[in-house]
Amino acid sequence: MIPAPFEYARPTTVDEVLQALAEGGEDVKVLAGGQSLIPVMRLRLAAPETVVDLGRVAELRGVREEDDAIVVGAMTTHSDVLADPLIRQYAPLVAEATATVADRQVRHRGTFGGALVHADPAGDLPAVALALDADFVIAGPEGRRTIGASEFFVDYLTTAVQEGELLVEVRLPKLAGSWGMHYAKFNRVAQAWSIVAVAAAVRREDGRIAEARIGLTNMGPTPLRARQVEEALAGAEATPEAVAAAAAHAAEGTEPSSDLNAQADYRQHLATVLTRRAVSTAAGL
Amino acid sequence: MTRISVRVDGASYDDDVEPRTLLVHYLREQLGKVGTVVGCDTSNCGACTVHVDGEAVKSCTVFAVQADGAEVTTIEGVGQGGELHPVQKAFHEMHGLQCGYCTPGMIMASIDLLGENPDPSDDEVREGIEGNLCRCTGYQNIVRAVRHAAADMRGNGSGPSANGHVAPAEVDTAAAPHVVGQA
Repeated sequence: MIPAPFEYARPTTVDEVLQALAEGGEDVKVLAGGQSLIPVMRLRLAAPETVVDLGRVAELRGVREEDDAIVVGAMTTHSDVLADPLIRQYAPLVAEATATVADRQVRHRGTFGGALVHADPAGDLPAVALALDADFVIAGPEGRRTIGASEFFVDYLTTAVQEGELLVEVRLPKLAGSWGMHYAKFNRVAQAWSIVAVAAAVRREDGRIAEARIGLTNMGPTPLRARQVEEALAGAEATPEAVAAAAAHAAEGTEPSSDLNAQADYRQHLATVLTRRAVSTAAGL
Repeated sequence: MTRISVRVDGASYDDDVEPRTLLVHYLREQLGKVGTVVGCDTSNCGACTVHVDGEAVKSCTVFAVQADGAEVTTIEGVGQGGELHPVQKAFHEMHGLQCGYCTPGMIMASIDLLGENPDPSDDEVREGIEGNLCRCTGYQNIVRAVRHAAADMRGNGSGPSANGHVAPAEVDTAAAPHVVGQA
């Protein structure tokens, strides 16, 4: 299958990108790594008038340290994220989840920012960004704005990035102290999307769980925080029993979809099991 | 049309391409590099895998314009001076294929894997080539071939460290009685 024809723009700076987006006509798409956009264009589920290729915008690539955050450029590829020492040190949850994304060929092209803006409910990085309370820096004609992960994911395949805007970078807080993290993903075959997955970051203190942050993948049209589990874990003893009791709340308030991979009630069951596993591992149990 | 300059298998090309042209179609139809095949057209099977600037990618999921200025290596460019690449040789010797359709992509993905991990375990090979589908072999001999190539490339001709033998893989005749019947 061959995509429909489109106008092609290849800017080299963020300012030029914004200009190209403004001039791109009715239907303009940003091409990051292309590992979701190109398949969709090949199927002609998308036939944008203009494609703005970010491949030459050097300022969008790379990971850097800035005070109490690490800043990941939107065009940093999954394989560059995996190889990055700052990510490994301060956000191992990101590395762990990224390693499960698709396959090595896709990880060479696919980007951190692209996966987040695409916001596929079965994508692995949105729930991780949500669990880590990441901040998203968005550039637009009026300048730059920063919004939190809780406001970023709006609906199915929809984020707070508006027409004419561009996700520039994502700020991940360095989780200081004794944080443990784990991403528990359930899928059936190689390179498959998550049926359900759970991202957990847990801070232990004196044999107790002081704080837990839990993100759920594919339990609704957007990634979700498992707030009831987080509340049940705060201050709980770091024991398998306490974790299991808290994890039993993981599916509360969720409305996952039913599809060929799983029925909704099975997804809700998986959420409790995977939450228990993710938290247990993150807490070193 | 957009002008691109690429190096493919060591030769330089300047060409006009439509922006919607996929890299795999540019390679096959404009350059005649038909060693790279189109398998699924859905970014799943990995048969079209090539290297762009040394990294394995699915060339059905890259626009040719994105390869502008890049160094592309296809299965046709991995051998040196008429000699097969060690991974090609290992697929041959270890019977790492049946119909052969997935083989160009398997080899390109395997070369990429071995660049990162020169001595992968069976599990690491299987994970490393998870982006490539083979519908014939059950992967057994592919995994053997990749580990055999790894040993060869490490300068150790005695095969994978785990079992040390270099004989071609035995075909599992018990699982394929019709082959025996024909023989």
